Amino acid sequence: MIEIDDVTKHYGDRRVVDRLSLTVPAGDFCVLLGSSGCGKSTTLKMINRLIAADGGQIRVAGEDIATVPVEQLRRRIGYAIQSIGLFPHWTVEDNIATVPRLLKWPRVRRVERVTELLEMFRLEPGTYLGKYPHQLSGGEQQRVGVARALAADPELLLMDEPFGAVDPLTRDDLQAELLRIHRAMKKTIVFVTHDIEEALRLATHIAVMQEGRIAQLGSPIDILEHPASEFVSDFVGRQGIGLKLLSVRKIADRMRAGETAEGEPLSPETSLRDALSAMTARRTDRLPVSDAMGRKVGAIVLADLVR
Amino acid sequence: MTDQPSLAGPRAALLLSVGIRNQVLFVLVVVGVAAVVLSGFVDEAPNRLVSGRPVPLWAAAGALPVPGIAVLGAALSAACLIRPNRTLHCAVAVFAAALLLVVLAAAGHTAGLLAQNASPASRISLGPAFWVLAACAALAVGDALQRLGAGIIAQLVTVAGLASGMLLMAASGTFDALSLAKEYAIHRQVFADAMTRHMTLVGASVGGAAAIGFPLGVAIAKRPKLQNPVFAVLNILQTIPSIALFGLLIVPLSALVAAVPRLAAYGIGGIGVTPAIIALVLYALLPVVRSTSVGLTGIDSAAVEAGRGMGMTPGQIFREIELPLALPVLFTGLRIVTVQAIGLAVVAALIGAGGLGTFVFEGLGQYAVDLVLLGALPAIFLALGADFMLQILTAVLRRRFAP
Ligand SMILES: Nc1ncnc2c1ncn2[C@@H]1O[C@H](COP(=O)(O)OP(=O)(O)O)[C@@H](O)[C@H]1O
Ligand SMILES: [Mg+2]
Repeated sequence: MIEIDDVTKHYGDRRVVDRLSLTVPAGDFCVLLGSSGCGKSTTLKMINRLIAADGGQIRVAGEDIATVPVEQLRRRIGYAIQSIGLFPHWTVEDNIATVPRLLKWPRVRRVERVTELLEMFRLEPGTYLGKYPHQLSGGEQQRVGVARALAADPELLLMDEPFGAVDPLTRDDLQAELLRIHRAMKKTIVFVTHDIEEALRLATHIAVMQEGRIAQLGSPIDILEHPASEFVSDFVGRQGIGLKLLSVRKIADRMRAGETAEGEPLSPETSLRDALSAMTARRTDRLPVSDAMGRKVGAIVLADLVR
Repeated sequence: MTDQPSLAGPRAALLLSVGIRNQVLFVLVVVGVAAVVLSGFVDEAPNRLVSGRPVPLWAAAGALPVPGIAVLGAALSAACLIRPNRTLHCAVAVFAAALLLVVLAAAGHTAGLLAQNASPASRISLGPAFWVLAACAALAVGDALQRLGAGIIAQLVTVAGLASGMLLMAASGTFDALSLAKEYAIHRQVFADAMTRHMTLVGASVGGAAAIGFPLGVAIAKRPKLQNPVFAVLNILQTIPSIALFGLLIVPLSALVAAVPRLAAYGIGGIGVTPAIIALVLYALLPVVRSTSVGLTGIDSAAVEAGRGMGMTPGQIFREIELPLALPVLFTGLRIVTVQAIGLAVVAALIGAGGLGTFVFEGLGQYAVDLVLLGALPAIFLALGADFMLQILTAVLRRRFAP
């Protein structure tokens, strides 16, 4: 979906992005992870040409972005940022309908789409359509911001620390909603964050960045289990790594198929971390597992968690 | 008897502070009463040349509206003591507005009564008690509206009500015996011309300043490098005293007309309307440029980034986001400039530009206070009216900018 090919960006004499190459397959949830100032936002903004690259090529859906008229390119790509940037003088409806309006969708279709998106983000359309941004909580504003980015059903979604400014509980909800939407709509997402936990939770692939280059590209488990360098292992953190691993692995990875246990069953998609807390809470070392249809498929055992 | 006096002070203070629920209104009532007690409501002079004799309000008790003043004053005093709520604020607004109209009527009637037993040459002018009472009543209306959180519509209705009440009284001859009205009657035709000329001066200069200053402000907002040189020049212009600036323009413009005599046919010259408008435009530039650039740079940069990121063109971002968000600040600048121009245009009469200043300077020369007022009062009302209308316009425009 996105091919970033040997791209460089200078500010003055400083190379902020340094011959970076990265391929993001369609439907991927790719997280650019790194400490502040390592060039994540710059890389992201070069994809929708908010920042012009000095060298190299970026292709979106096979097309060199330099050859597409810039406004047309951006209308095809959703964009959500930490500071949200809702238009304060427009209602929620008008804000979300921004790109559909730019694309000259008929009014009826715009209203339908806005209603659909509000429902998807669990915002009651009757209540929220006519509200102004200042009447919303921080979490609601961010939902509207993401809904606005998704409004014209873009093939690609760029998100720059979108949940960086909301409180931890709301961030948790927003992350869960984003995951649900990603699974349901199969969008390609490039997501910038400096928060390792957030990256582990959301990503199918993580690109760890260091001084304008990619230090490692891999799945969350790869990054945790096989850090490619001292830098990566320092960044993902030796401390608490066990818990981080538990939170990215699923019960399905460790389940004893066919065995049984007593109690309320868990889903195979549950993280090992959640399984551990369920065992602690219920004072047991063994819990049953059943699939989405409710059929018992096996059991998860405490000893296997730390295997 | 030992500790009684030491308790009396605090106790009285306590009673006062508990009893008075609306301090602002209380102060206005006290000031109004003091003015009525201490000074004349109107001044009566046998002719234009000698100074007058103050006539207190109670001496004019024969005039019908005077008891009305006492009743409304008592009602407003009582209102200071009642626990405030919306109904009370409404009542205060209505009473104070009524008081303002009744004070005006009382002045007219009093003058009418005095004129019956006086020579035709006698002049009855408005005294300090009138001005203070009218001002207190107007402030009380404003304060009550503010406490009510009155919207633009309610304010409009109040102002329209007061203005039509005043005009109705004026049309029915209530004020005819007052020297100000006599002065107006003498200068009626000249007054209409002066008013038109004044508004032309203001309109042309504010329009000109907007036409030049708005693009300049946008340019500064987009290119911060321009900021220092542009503001340096505009700041210098702003510090030149108005009379000096009017005077300074005489020389170059006279020279220009001497060099290109054809220009004189278009009314351009060293004195008159042209230099006045140029000077007013120069004064108005700084506020217009500053409010434009501050308005544009002050808006949330995230909104602009989001707009760009979603594929709005620079033109769309400017029209749909930057401009509407900057508009309140921009219009605040225009309001300041308009009010300022209305005042400065008075001075422009000195270089023969006409306008309401004509009366002011003529009155000053003849030591005729009423003639000065004939110029100054309309200028004040013009400024208040323009300020109010521009506030409404800002509110309306703001709403209309939704997509
Ligand atoms: N417009 C700019 N001019 C100069 N330096 C910049 C500019 N934008 C970003 N930088 C610098 O480039 C580096 C990378 O920035 P950025 O991509 O925003 O980092 P982050 O990884 O925190 O998103 C930072 O050191 C930043 O200071
Ligand atoms: Mg950043």
